[in-house]
Formats: sequence, C-alpha cells, structure tokens
Amino acid sequence: MTVTIARTLDDACAALADRPDAVVLAGGTDLMVEVNRGLRRMDDVVALDRVAELRGWDRDGDELRLGAATTCAELAGDELAPLVPALAQAARTVGSPQIRNAATIGGNLATASPAGDTLPVLAALDAVVEVRSVHGTRDVPIDGFVTGVKSNALAPGELIAAVRVPILDGPQEFLKVGTRNAMVISVASLALVVDRAGRNVRVALGSVAPVPVRAVEAEVLASDRIDWDAGAAPGPVVVDRFAGLVADAARPIDDHRGTAAYRRHAVEVLARRALRRAFTAGSGVAA
Amino acid sequence: MGDGTLALTVNGRAHQVVDAHPGESLLFVLRERLGLAGSKNACEEGECGSCTVRVDARLVCGCLVLAAAVDGSEVTTIEGLGIEASSDAGLSDVQQAFLDAGAVQCGFCTPGLLMAVDHLLDDDPEPDELVVREAISGNLCRCTGYGRILEAVELAAASRRDAERTP
Repeated sequence: MTVTIARTLDDACAALADRPDAVVLAGGTDLMVEVNRGLRRMDDVVALDRVAELRGWDRDGDELRLGAATTCAELAGDELAPLVPALAQAARTVGSPQIRNAATIGGNLATASPAGDTLPVLAALDAVVEVRSVHGTRDVPIDGFVTGVKSNALAPGELIAAVRVPILDGPQEFLKVGTRNAMVISVASLALVVDRAGRNVRVALGSVAPVPVRAVEAEVLASDRIDWDAGAAPGPVVVDRFAGLVADAARPIDDHRGTAAYRRHAVEVLARRALRRAFTAGSGVAA
Repeated sequence: MGDGTLALTVNGRAHQVVDAHPGESLLFVLRERLGLAGSKNACEEGECGSCTVRVDARLVCGCLVLAAAVDGSEVTTIEGLGIEASSDAGLSDVQQAFLDAGAVQCGFCTPGLLMAVDHLLDDDPEPDELVVREAISGNLCRCTGYGRILEAVELAAASRRDAERTP
C-alpha cells in the first residue's frame, strides 16, 4: 500500500494517472468508515488534503466556484451562507461539527449517496462539476454527474476539482427529515431555490430515488402561478397542487430508514413548507 | 513519509512513528503506537465523538483520519488539555468544570466532550445554550442525560472568562 500526499492538483492527477485504481481521499468521513469496518481494502491512496488549489472559493459575478475540498463547515459559515443559503443549510445538517470540519463538497459528490445532503441543492442550482485529469479539465452538469446509487461519471484517473453554482437573487430552502437534529442520514430531503431574475422556482429531492431528482412539473406550475411582481405567496390550492406534483416526482423505496409511502408523504409536506416559507412576507421575494 | 516513518507533533511533543501501517487511522496510531489511550475507540464511524482530537486547529474524529495523510501535523489530544493548567491537579478549566458539575459518570465520552467544549470556548467565550448543544451534538453520552454536561459548559465558560479578566 502507498499513500501519496499530493501538494498540487497536477501532482494529484499525475498520481491518479499512474495508479488509476487508487482511492482518492479527501475528508475521509465516508472512506474511513469503510476502512474501519474492513469493507474497503486500500492498496493505493491519493490524499488531497494538502492541495491548496482545491481549497477556498472564488466569486466571478453571479457565479461561485467552490474548490472541491471546501468543507461543510465552510459551506455553512458566514462567508458562503449568504451566497448560497440552501447549500449552507444542507451542509449544516451533515453529521456533527467534527464531521463538518472534515467532510468536503467534492467528497459528497464523489460518494454520490442517494442521501448526500448537498446533492439536491446542487441539482436545484444546476451546478456544474469541474472534473480534472492529466488530460485536462471537463465540465459535467450535475444531472449527468450522479449516475446511480453511489456511482458517478468520473472516469479512471479523474478527480473533482471544483463545483460551480449560480448566485441567485431569491430565497432558498433546504429541508430534511430524519430521526433527530444531528448526526442523521436523510430519510427524505428537499431543496427549493427561487430565481427572481429568471422568474422561476426550482425544486430537487434527496433520498427518494437513486439519484437527486428535479420535480419539473411542480417547478413549471409554481413558476407560472407565482405573482412575481407582487412577490405574494401562492394560494392554498396552488401550494397543494405543487406539493402533490413534488410527491409524484419522487421514486422512493422501502428501506431500514423509512418506507416509500412515508418518504412520498414527507416530501409532499416539505414541498408545501418550503414554498410557503420562501414566499412568506419578509422573505424578500418581491422586487 | 517516503520511508514509512510518520512525523507527528502531539501535545507539543515531536514523535517519529516508525511502525505504523499506512492504512491506520490517527486514533489507532495515538492509542496503539504512542500509548495515548485517552482518546477512546468506539463506533469507528464518526457517530459517537469519543475519539475527538484537534488536528492543526481543526476539531475532528480521530477514527476518520488516515494517519499517513496528516504526516507533519500538530495534534492535540485529551492528554494535552491540562498541560498548561495552573491548578495543582493539572486540570484544565473545562476538566475542572466537569468535575465540579458532576458531568462525568462512566467517563467514556468525557475525553471527546472535553475536547469539543475546549474548542467551542476558544471560538466563542459566551455561547448560548443552542450553540453549546450544536457544538456537542457529535459527542454521545449515554449516562448523564446531558443536563450536567450543559451546566459544566456554563461553569467552564464563566471560569475561562474570569481567568481572562484577571491576568
């Protein structure tokens, strides 16, 4: 077994090109659990913790580029939270402070768990994943990145360098159902973002399908029926119809954390709650 | 680390670990290679917080850190908490507060909780209860019911503020 501690992104890509089967280690909060349980044999590891280029973030106009090693604690922190509030809310629900100090957004993407908490937010934001290898950089839209339960679009030798998300003008919500307020893996989750300039509402669901799903019909309904000039909350009939369409978009299964029926019900409740919160007086939807 | 030797500064002391397997967690190295058994090993999945340590000023679960990946880092464990203490017993303010409040029963979660609370008070000398609850949300205690732990945090915060007022 070898452990390569990469110092630059080029180093990391070169090490991965050399050993395409190597395991990429970022925060370790998923990987080390498997190692400790004896489920994962690691022959070669490429550790990204010391790669400065993967840390930090840049704002370019209305676009935010988050280095893959940005931690959940940083996402939830005072600098980033105002720019992408739903991502901050999602990051804050991940694990505990100890976990959030280590866990990274790149790791959440690479693990591609159906319960990955940042994934529905990234889906709602139409995030773009920057993938890097010795052959260069390519952009993968989020809806093509997560390809199934714990599988992603990375080819051998590739790693995640960054994630780009828009900075939108409008309220955002991330809501999650679990057994308690900390250290909980989502039973169901929902991200709702409002793009006031584009006059649309976008909704994505987590833990109710193999991959994050967008509730497209619900989005179309809400975007059509909202009075954008007044910024008023839609009426109860529209909210109910919206929530029903969100529930229809879910493709949940029964598992040890919950039943399919419960999950469908949960996202319906979350949808109603998120839309009402986003368009409640004081949330600043009106221009 | 090319030769497999791991350099770690633990509680201010430099260590060269020559016999660690590259797949070992930091917790395993601390406990089994360096004989620092204060950090506890329980869930091995980041759930219980009993292995909480500081690595380069970041509070983390030692069981989820690959030791080889933090070669050259500074680590603080529970054994390092009392080092600069002025009390005769060599206890830090947080340790003393846990004793005074009776916040320790079986003691297994205590080292991790002490690390988390010490870290919290470094960041925020006057945390409200919600902040305290969130700060210790990754440390499971199955004995005390947390009431006395919350009291201990309040005591520790007050005693740290007092200490800073009287130089």
